[in-house]
Amino acid sequence: MKDQSTLLSVRNLRTEFQTQNGPVKVVDGVSFDVGRGKIVGLVGESGSGKSMTALSLMGLVSSPPGKVSADGVFLDGTNLTQLHPDEMRRKRGREVSMVFQEPMTSLNPVKTMVQQVGEPLAIHTDMGRRAIRENVLRMFETVGIPEPAARLDVYPHQLSGGLRQRAMIAMGLICEPKLLIADEPTTALDVTTQAQILRLMMALRDRVGTAIIMITHDLGIIAEMCDEVNVMYAGQIVEQASVFDLFDRPSHPYTRGLLASIPKATEKRTTERLNSIPGVVPNLAKLPQGCRFHPRCGDAMPVCQVQQPELTDLGNGHKARCWLHNKQGGKL
Amino acid sequence: MTQFAETTEDFTDDTGDDSYFRDALRIFASNRMAMVGLILVGALIFVALFIPFISPHDPYRVALDEQFLPPSATYWLGTDNFGRDLLTRILYGARISLVVGIVPSFISLMIGAVMGIISGYYGGRIDFIIMRLADTMIAFPSLLLAMVVMYTLGANLFNIFIALSLVGWAGVARVVRAQALAVKEREFIEAARANGTKKRAIMIGHIFPNVIPTLIVLFSLSIPDAIMWESSLSFLGVGVQPPEASWGLLVAKGKEYLFSAPLVAIIPGVAILITVLAFNFVGDGLRDALDPYMKD
Repeated sequence: MKDQSTLLSVRNLRTEFQTQNGPVKVVDGVSFDVGRGKIVGLVGESGSGKSMTALSLMGLVSSPPGKVSADGVFLDGTNLTQLHPDEMRRKRGREVSMVFQEPMTSLNPVKTMVQQVGEPLAIHTDMGRRAIRENVLRMFETVGIPEPAARLDVYPHQLSGGLRQRAMIAMGLICEPKLLIADEPTTALDVTTQAQILRLMMALRDRVGTAIIMITHDLGIIAEMCDEVNVMYAGQIVEQASVFDLFDRPSHPYTRGLLASIPKATEKRTTERLNSIPGVVPNLAKLPQGCRFHPRCGDAMPVCQVQQPELTDLGNGHKARCWLHNKQGGKL
Repeated sequence: MTQFAETTEDFTDDTGDDSYFRDALRIFASNRMAMVGLILVGALIFVALFIPFISPHDPYRVALDEQFLPPSATYWLGTDNFGRDLLTRILYGARISLVVGIVPSFISLMIGAVMGIISGYYGGRIDFIIMRLADTMIAFPSLLLAMVVMYTLGANLFNIFIALSLVGWAGVARVVRAQALAVKEREFIEAARANGTKKRAIMIGHIFPNVIPTLIVLFSLSIPDAIMWESSLSFLGVGVQPPEASWGLLVAKGKEYLFSAPLVAIIPGVAILITVLAFNFVGDGLRDALDPYMKD
């Protein structure tokens, strides 16, 4: 906020859902910053709360049963948590937009491409039909849709997955938002298309200057695209670092586990099995006492079973939520 | 501007430009029963529209010396108790039956669609209130309800519309609500919300178009229902009043002469039967054609 280079500042974001078994915290005290024009990664296994973090930021968690609270979510100095829902709605699509995981289902099957991709313009500007059409056409060119003019009046089912995801990105960027949240934008695509989409997003970031929050479970994408990374586990950030620090000095055992589970082409296989982290993400309604990761952690100490570690600063903005790095840890 | 274009990008994976509705049309056209129904319905609508120019007889002219004539070259289906040409009366009756079939169905469809979408999309208390209201309408003996409306407001065509719409919307609302619940959970609704689309615009622009195929089927299937309803009400004497000709009324009047001149009651009954069947065939055909799960 004070810092001009910070676009988004999330402070202590908490999202919980009311269930029959009581409230479940799916996002628990998440804080991170996104610099202008930066790409920030949110990485974690399924169920780690990364998508919920994004939906909470967008104000898209329906309440009830959901409940979002935060000490502040500052976008360009405006605290989004204090906005009236209608003011927040006006920011969506214009200042913050989102690209979803499934290009197959994220487009309404009964609307033509120009109707859908132009929808944010129709909502947020007083552009006429023709102006919207021209804008969509230009955006289609920008995102590299071949024969863009011929794609305006077709229905989503007439396009391939890659084209649809390009159209989704076009829709997300058509109002030139300050921030684009991409929720696993390439998970549903094949590998060559994935690479194209990622390259496209980086190129657009360089050109339009839109900051991107990249949600993924793929550390390869993080390494290739992101400036900063937040590793999430069970609704919390467990490690926060620049991309270089994270891959150079992974400090949380969970991050190390994730990195170790990537098969390396150069490595001589000694075993047939890939490395994996034992166990699964805990049920958020029945979190283990102490560190949420300790039942799966190879480095677990007695203290880990008793008390939850805080994020410890390792210098240079590198933080990890682990007793291994906390001086008090051994004493407790 | 195209520096990001990838040459390896795959193109449209569809061979033709056939859309959902073109597919549906093809399936419908290959359904023989549906086509028979469609031809019958079309013929009925045509005749009903142009009957004043086709028939040489006046449906209201009383000729007491020509009572209960058997079918002949002049009177193809014979005459009724006032010596009026039965065929002409039936075809004039088709006008009323068609209007009564289409208008209230359309009204209850619209009410039901609005209620169903609101109910499904908002959920919670609004859903509860609308659905309990619909339950009440469904639980109430609908013939009784319609008769009460007709008695209170008077027996005329407009009030038949009101009575039938009142009876019909609840069933539509339930079906549409179920559809809206399913559509609401699809990702493109979330994407629309992420674009800052207003709730009303989501309901009108995103949910409603996805409910249209269902509405078309409900419409075609509720027309025969409404025709039956009108016939029942007219038969019971609270519908269309003489000397207007409606099928239910013709059957009601004809039943007094069932033993001396059975055709006077039977033929309008057959007309109801054929029309209802024809609309049902069309409705079934539409359902098969528009149901995405039954394709290929």
